[in-house]
Amino acid sequence: MRSRDRLRVLAREGVGAYTLVRLERGSLEPGIPGQFFMVEAPGRLLPRAMSLCIAPAGELGFLLEAIGPGTRALCEVDAGDQLHVFGPLGNGFRLDVDRPLLVGGGIGIAPLPYLAQMLGDPPVLLGFRSERHAAAAALLPNAGVVVEPTYVTEPLAELVEGHDVLACGPEPMLTAVRALAPAAQLAWEAPMACGYGACYGCSVEIDGVLKRLCIEGPVLEAA
Amino acid sequence: MILNASGCLDALEAPEVAQSLDAFVTKTVTPQPRQGNRPVRFAETVHGMLNSIGLQNPGIEVFLADKLPRLAELGVPVWVSVGGFAAADYAELCATLDERDEVTTIELNLSCPNVDEAPESAAEIVAAARVATRKPLYAKLSPAASDVAEIARAVQGAGADGLSLVNTIRGLSLDANSLEPTLGTETGGYSGPALKPIALAAIFRCYRATGLPIVGMGGIFTGRDALEFLAAGASAVALGTVLFADPDAPARVRAELMSELSARSLEQAEDARGIAHRSTGLLLPNEKIPGLAPKTEALQAPSRVASIPRRGGNEDSGAGARTISGPADGSSEEGERHPSQASATQEGLESGSRQDRKDPDQSARVCGDREGLRHVDGGPQVRTGEGGALPESGPDQPVEDGRRALGPPAL
Repeated sequence: MRSRDRLRVLAREGVGAYTLVRLERGSLEPGIPGQFFMVEAPGRLLPRAMSLCIAPAGELGFLLEAIGPGTRALCEVDAGDQLHVFGPLGNGFRLDVDRPLLVGGGIGIAPLPYLAQMLGDPPVLLGFRSERHAAAAALLPNAGVVVEPTYVTEPLAELVEGHDVLACGPEPMLTAVRALAPAAQLAWEAPMACGYGACYGCSVEIDGVLKRLCIEGPVLEAA
Repeated sequence: MILNASGCLDALEAPEVAQSLDAFVTKTVTPQPRQGNRPVRFAETVHGMLNSIGLQNPGIEVFLADKLPRLAELGVPVWVSVGGFAAADYAELCATLDERDEVTTIELNLSCPNVDEAPESAAEIVAAARVATRKPLYAKLSPAASDVAEIARAVQGAGADGLSLVNTIRGLSLDANSLEPTLGTETGGYSGPALKPIALAAIFRCYRATGLPIVGMGGIFTGRDALEFLAAGASAVALGTVLFADPDAPARVRAELMSELSARSLEQAEDARGIAHRSTGLLLPNEKIPGLAPKTEALQAPSRVASIPRRGGNEDSGAGARTISGPADGSSEEGERHPSQASATQEGLESGSRQDRKDPDQSARVCGDREGLRHVDGGPQVRTGEGGALPESGPDQPVEDGRRALGPPAL
């Protein structure tokens, strides 16, 4: 059940090129892995959509990459700051899979630690654009990791047979994953203004049809 | 009196948000389904945001068959926003909606910056819609016109019952790195706090020019913002961009507005209407907008007597000075209205001179059943914006005519 609350920042930790912000959970539920939360970006008009990365007892943890003014502000919060958070929102991953294989690229690894926890630590493949970014693989200790110019689809091609793929990453990666695993569950990304279907801003064209990612996604079945 | 701005809330996806409003305004419905514009569809700026949705909607047929019945179940009055690409589109949509009891009010989206405009003028579209329906018609105007008050007068003359002010204005955002347009359609509609002074100016001028009820919107984020919109001349306010950032905004803004009113010894939102005009002597009587079901949580009206002090001190002339007095026994003359009591929204539909609605010859007149809206004798419209002195009500126009509902705050 989604709700909105003002949550206290417990800690901010550097994870390679990324920042992990841990918040007190307050009245919010962690939801299903792959669901997301609208997190207030200090000093900005609109919140930012973030999938939940870790869900320790009493906490919500978000993995952030500073790519614009909003995410920069979020990467600079201090313990004790307070942020409005609304969620969980959207559709998460289906967890009724027999042989899960998680695939993540870049900041798209964000929902995978919580997903791996819920699925009992299945095999994971991660791809990053630099060694510095790859330090975030520490969030998934048993993951296989590749760094550009190697793409995550290379090891995936050898492992995909017999696995249920659940993936999150940049659009070219998802497209490549889908080519290898037509039934994969893919978590797409789009900027969102509201996160709950109000603005129609996050519509993305998938197979010729515009879909509101916040309502119909962000996790969509590849087929 | 808090609504949402059209296109800023999907009541079926967020019924709890819609139910915190006094009326829900749909996303604009067009005759045919529209997929909308290609992404990217929005861009945040420092003081607002741009959108380029492009009137994505399922079309009137699916709307009527699938969405409208479910919207009606929410227990909130439903205002339907309609859009088209010719006056005939609007007329057709209004004629269809006229037959649906679930629809309280029709808002004519005459000013979407993200689609091609109809070739006809706003007034011509309103006139065509007027012939097609008896339901209250609100004309949503752009503040980008060289003289929005002139357009407001024209749509009033064509039979509009009220104004929705304002729509977004066209803006451009460039990508930080590439310096190319951020939006898929290059330009988009600019909304948010930056729009507020522009919206206030439009409301201020249209209030003087027409006296029509106005739903004010454009960058309202707080109760203080809402108070200013009422002071400029709005009868109700609508929330847009703030709903994206804060789905709890309706209740918060309502509570903040009540505090703002209370701090000024004003009992209800209507009492703040037009305060910005008091030095001119033009304070229109309070009026109710049909199609709102005020929330009751803030309806504990104190029985005190409040009066709005006027600069110039000519209270004895009765010239527009509005003295607000409650019933002597502190009771409400009208009683509380429950949000689910849809009949409260019907009074404007059932009463008075609505039989003239399908007579274009008469449609240019301000409807006489607009409770509390009074005009200079013989004057078909308030024309105070056309230079010269503002109309001063004569001695035969008492400030209190006893008709205005002195009910609890309609918030």
